[in-house]
Amino acid sequence: MSTEVDASGVQAGSPGGRVLSGTPTLEARGLVKTFGHVVGLGGVGLKLYPGEVLAIIGDNGAGKSTLIKCLSGALTPDEGEILMDGVKVEFKSPVDARHAGIETVFQTLAVAPALDIASNLYLGREIRSKGPLGSVFRMLDTRGMRAAAKERLQDLGIGTIQDMTQKVETLSGGQRQAVAVARAAAFGSKVVILDEPTAALGVRESGQVLALIKRLRGRGLPVILISHNMPQVFEVADRIHIQRLGRSAGVITPHSHTMEEAVAIMTGATTLGGAADDKSSPATSGGGGNAEAGRAGADRTESAGTDSGTAS
Amino acid sequence: MTAVIEPTGEVRESEELAARLQHTLHRHPAIGPASVLVASVIVFSLINHRFLNATNLSLLVQQVAVLATLAIGQTMIILTGGIDLSVGAAAILAQMVMAQTAANNGVPGPLALLLGLAVGALTGFLNGFLVTRIKLPPFIVTLGTLSIFTSIGLKYSNGASVYATAMPKILIWTGNYVNIGPYQLTTGVILMLVLFAVASFALTRTAWGRHVYSTGDDPEAARLSGIKTNRVLLSVYVAAGLIFGVAAWILIGRVGVASTNNLTTANLDSITAVVIGGTSLFGGRGAVLGTLFGALIVQVFQSGISLAGVQSLYQVLAEGILVIVAVALDQWIRKVRR
Repeated sequence: MSTEVDASGVQAGSPGGRVLSGTPTLEARGLVKTFGHVVGLGGVGLKLYPGEVLAIIGDNGAGKSTLIKCLSGALTPDEGEILMDGVKVEFKSPVDARHAGIETVFQTLAVAPALDIASNLYLGREIRSKGPLGSVFRMLDTRGMRAAAKERLQDLGIGTIQDMTQKVETLSGGQRQAVAVARAAAFGSKVVILDEPTAALGVRESGQVLALIKRLRGRGLPVILISHNMPQVFEVADRIHIQRLGRSAGVITPHSHTMEEAVAIMTGATTLGGAADDKSSPATSGGGGNAEAGRAGADRTESAGTDSGTAS
Repeated sequence: MTAVIEPTGEVRESEELAARLQHTLHRHPAIGPASVLVASVIVFSLINHRFLNATNLSLLVQQVAVLATLAIGQTMIILTGGIDLSVGAAAILAQMVMAQTAANNGVPGPLALLLGLAVGALTGFLNGFLVTRIKLPPFIVTLGTLSIFTSIGLKYSNGASVYATAMPKILIWTGNYVNIGPYQLTTGVILMLVLFAVASFALTRTAWGRHVYSTGDDPEAARLSGIKTNRVLLSVYVAAGLIFGVAAWILIGRVGVASTNNLTTANLDSITAVVIGGTSLFGGRGAVLGTLFGALIVQVFQSGISLAGVQSLYQVLAEGILVIVAVALDQWIRKVRR
């Protein structure tokens, strides 16, 4: 645990400000989505920078799911715009978002239990054999897909899964999750969105998924993580977007705020402005990371300000 | 001390064995029905040595051709998590159109055949349309179309039969004999085997097949994976309808008469063959090859029990037990050890 904190501290302090510089890979501006009289999103902005893990937290009904559904193309927002690398995009379906390089692991996992691992990785984008077997008889390159699937999983450090012909339903919960995440990671060229990836998992399996998320970040792929689990969010996230009652209540970092404060903002017990004033001195993360955290906290609060500005 | 240890060791060993068996059956769903088929052939040939006669085996295969062909379409539909109760009625309607247009309306044989196949595909399209667009459960849809197709068939033919003598050669071509060594098959049997090969290839070696399985397994997951599940479902129903049309053609060749009295038990028989063949009624699991074994098992029991000189009601009894055992086995296989 302590090594993790140190590692992230060093990363955050590395020159160039890897997290907050440059054009966001994915940006949402003033997203509004209503369902009849129910306001799902009341003008939410969000920025996802290259190589960061952005957690989205919020109480039930805060609009987390609606937000990521808009980002992954499952819902079309009523108002507002979505930009990728600064260019406006419109997603009419999850397939559109996928073509744009956004892969989503839904809470339900969206894997076919009776199919094997390789088939699941390539479900909906199967590879055909070369030559007339593929073009005329539409035969699949089963062996090629198995080999590629194995390579992808090993690439992601999921060495425990060896047999690509194993049916997904014979896997443990964590392994299944790993397959779903691997599929997203393998094909998500720009952004990977994970909706409650550890909700159904045990401690050890959750740890594997968190390690996977860190590895994705290490490869420069930004990740949006929706989670209820505060310790996990604080372990893995670079920034934390807090949703409250369909609006963005602000963006914090694990260094600028404690879990209790995050929960307080989430439930409306405090607002971000007040909390930020209280915590201008970084008393949260102990040890050598103090100065770094303070610096990071300062410019992140600024960014949080602009974000919540967009929201209100 | 040893007395305590030894039994637990044995128990663990047998558990291991059961788990391994479960895994193997899970991976190769056709193994179960194949071994039942082999076992029943051995048992019946021991009871009556005439069972293995070339004549008896040839007849057995000829008799199974129509049911096995119908069961191909049924398998595809059950793999999507659906069921088709209108199988027999669709085939009869296709059969009556083929025979009537050729015999009574002077339509040339090949065209009459195509018309019949088109009617088969159309019945599938109607079922598929109601399932995918109107979002009705397949059971209800095909229960309704069972009556609809039956009544249209009766109305269209006025209940009259058309005999082989009145039909063009092409319609009874499926009854032509093909001799392979001492065995006498028909072109209908070969057509059935070719259809099994094609369906098996399409289901296991193409993207479409993967999509069929995943749609039956978990439609929501399939949809989120970018599969247009409604299109897959519709294609399955239309393909199945076309196959029922082919079954009608094989039927004409087999019995030499097109009549609305044919195939009265085909709906449930085809489901029986699919289930005994190891395909799960819950969708997403199974293999069309297993269905071939399933249909053969039913026929082997029929032939074997009559050769054994036992009342034919025991054949019905055996079929019922087989169905229940097959479903119980499927449930067990699905409970895979994590």
